[in-house]
Amino acid sequence: MKTKRKNKSPAAKARTKTELKTTPRKVGTNLHAQLSDLVASGGLRLVDLTQTLSPDFPPIVLPPEMGQSRPFRMETISRYDEGGPGWYWNNLSFGEHTGTHFDAPIHWISGRDLPDNALDTLPIEKFIAPACVIDCSTQASANADFVLTVGDIAAWEKRHGVIAAGSWVLMRTDWSKRTDPVAYQNFDETGQHTPGPDPECVRFLVNERNVLGFGTETIGTDAGQAAHFRPPYPCHYYMHGAGKYGLQCLCNLDLLPPTGALIIAAPLKILEGSGSPLRVLALVPARSRG
Amino acid sequence: MPEPLKRPKRKNPIVRTRQPTLPPQTRSRVALGLTAAVARGKLELQVCKDCSAVQYPPREVCRTCLSHRLVWRPSDGRGELLTDTVLHIPQELFFRERSPWRIGMVRLDSGVNVVVYVHQTVDAAPCRVRIEASLDRAGQAALIAVPENGRPDLFDDPKLREMTCDPRMRKILVTDGKSTTGQAIVRALAAAGADLIWIGQAEPWKKVAGFEALRELPKVVVVPLDVTDGRSVRELAGEIGGKVDILINTAEFHRTSGISSHRGVETAQLEMDVNYFGLLRLAQEFAPALKARAADGAMSAIAWVNLLSIFALANYPAHGTFSASKAAAYSLSQALRADLRHAGVRVINIFPGPIDDEWDQLELPPKLSPNALAGAVVQALKGSVEDVYPGDVAQDWLARHLDDEKALEREISEGGR
Repeated sequence: MKTKRKNKSPAAKARTKTELKTTPRKVGTNLHAQLSDLVASGGLRLVDLTQTLSPDFPPIVLPPEMGQSRPFRMETISRYDEGGPGWYWNNLSFGEHTGTHFDAPIHWISGRDLPDNALDTLPIEKFIAPACVIDCSTQASANADFVLTVGDIAAWEKRHGVIAAGSWVLMRTDWSKRTDPVAYQNFDETGQHTPGPDPECVRFLVNERNVLGFGTETIGTDAGQAAHFRPPYPCHYYMHGAGKYGLQCLCNLDLLPPTGALIIAAPLKILEGSGSPLRVLALVPARSRG
Repeated sequence: MPEPLKRPKRKNPIVRTRQPTLPPQTRSRVALGLTAAVARGKLELQVCKDCSAVQYPPREVCRTCLSHRLVWRPSDGRGELLTDTVLHIPQELFFRERSPWRIGMVRLDSGVNVVVYVHQTVDAAPCRVRIEASLDRAGQAALIAVPENGRPDLFDDPKLREMTCDPRMRKILVTDGKSTTGQAIVRALAAAGADLIWIGQAEPWKKVAGFEALRELPKVVVVPLDVTDGRSVRELAGEIGGKVDILINTAEFHRTSGISSHRGVETAQLEMDVNYFGLLRLAQEFAPALKARAADGAMSAIAWVNLLSIFALANYPAHGTFSASKAAAYSLSQALRADLRHAGVRVINIFPGPIDDEWDQLELPPKLSPNALAGAVVQALKGSVEDVYPGDVAQDWLARHLDDEKALEREISEGGR
């Protein structure tokens, strides 16, 4: 797949000074080649990377004086009762960024003027893409404020090859295994403490690797303390500024190989939608590690 | 002599839970004037504007001059107990189930005779007494003779105890214990002798000052409850609904938005979702269980308290959408009251003015402290009222509202408060 930026936002122009000294080994970038590899691997494993949408799943928290994203709520229309004797269905309400969800470039001010930046205009070929899974679970369990750096990317590329353009980069932290919502949110009086990438790492992935987007197991693609980074929320700012996407609240990343999985992540087609909950599936070669 | 209530034995599960019965409910339009005053905690009698004669029972025309210009005026209730007796075999089911009853006739100093319940602490007739107005289990005005210079506790008289909703020995659900008012109410209920307090907690990942300390109180249990989530309300009602004696709905969403200061309806919808739909969800899930236990022995389901706002009476434009959500909740509380009244479960509405909390930060004093509000809630339960307007601002708004609600609207809209 070839990604082409029609507009260069200020964010996209930001350059990283880091030069990597790795011996690149290209991983598959072509969808057909990827699919062929998967088939040739002797079978496929399907992995569900999606959390269940439920009223109990913690939503994003903003300061109370700001506009609030609605948590997932479900009101029964009828359940084989006087409202509808033979059928069961519900009305749902939730913010676009609820549960396992997709972020489109229009979500952030840096991506607001890009072409095809909203859910109804995103090119559908982007909805199936290879994944590079970076295992940060050890670091994240030791330090909730762990930030992913260019050095970590370099170390990963040394073992698994250069991240191909058009790939999802998924940050595995095993955060999704925190089933207690309090531990998952992990707030103290200074705010949320969850892992995420540092600004330079995001610039590198955007400018040097031209990734498709960045995915996490936490509520944001940015770290919990990213409001204090420069710029604030660098993953949102740079990724969306360059027309890249985000995936949040993923799970089962521990079941994926570092490379070789194909991600199917197609958000709802919402007019000028900035994001949506979605079912994220991974096609994994049967004989892969993970 | 009064006998303080001892903790009742656990109920015998073999014995059928009785159905609630009520004192006679029907009153004429005129007689409801007495009930209306009592519901706000006042004793008022009709007085003739032409000849100043006090009237009782309530009537259309003056008993002395036949003028129809009768107005309700406060009464001090002082008088003499002329005679008293004990009624052993009443005809009405409610009274029959609770007989015997001590009743009497009092001649008020204002010149009218009234038939009253007589508190245990009153001496044998003749003696000086004072009349207290209460609401009976049907929500109608009832007059009680108490010693002229004492303030006996209705709770100490087993017959009259049912006119109160005293939190002593009750099991109480406070729907949101995280807000400053919720925390203060939990503490006040614990101090008032509640048997058990369930403290509702929404969004447990948001830690607020003071909340963890509530767990140190004796006989409290923190339970998950988010009134915006129908499933959460339903699950808690399934778990404890059949045990709740008093439900106190403190869940509130308050933002300081006028109509033009904040675009869109998202915030207003959240206010409605908590303040109005939250009450509706609670009512649908908990009210049936409360009604079913309205006659469940000495410790039956007895009351439902709503934390409303004086802004429910007239819109305060600086908090315009919040006011509207409270007005909606007020209206719904009337439907809930109509429903629960037939079982004898009292709905008490609290209408505070600005509260000394984060969302009324920019309001000028006087503001009601959360502790004062909590005290008003406990007093309302210990007493015998339906509508409580705690604090100076609420009292002032109520007086202006009753005097001329249109004038109040105009005063508020011109920047007054």
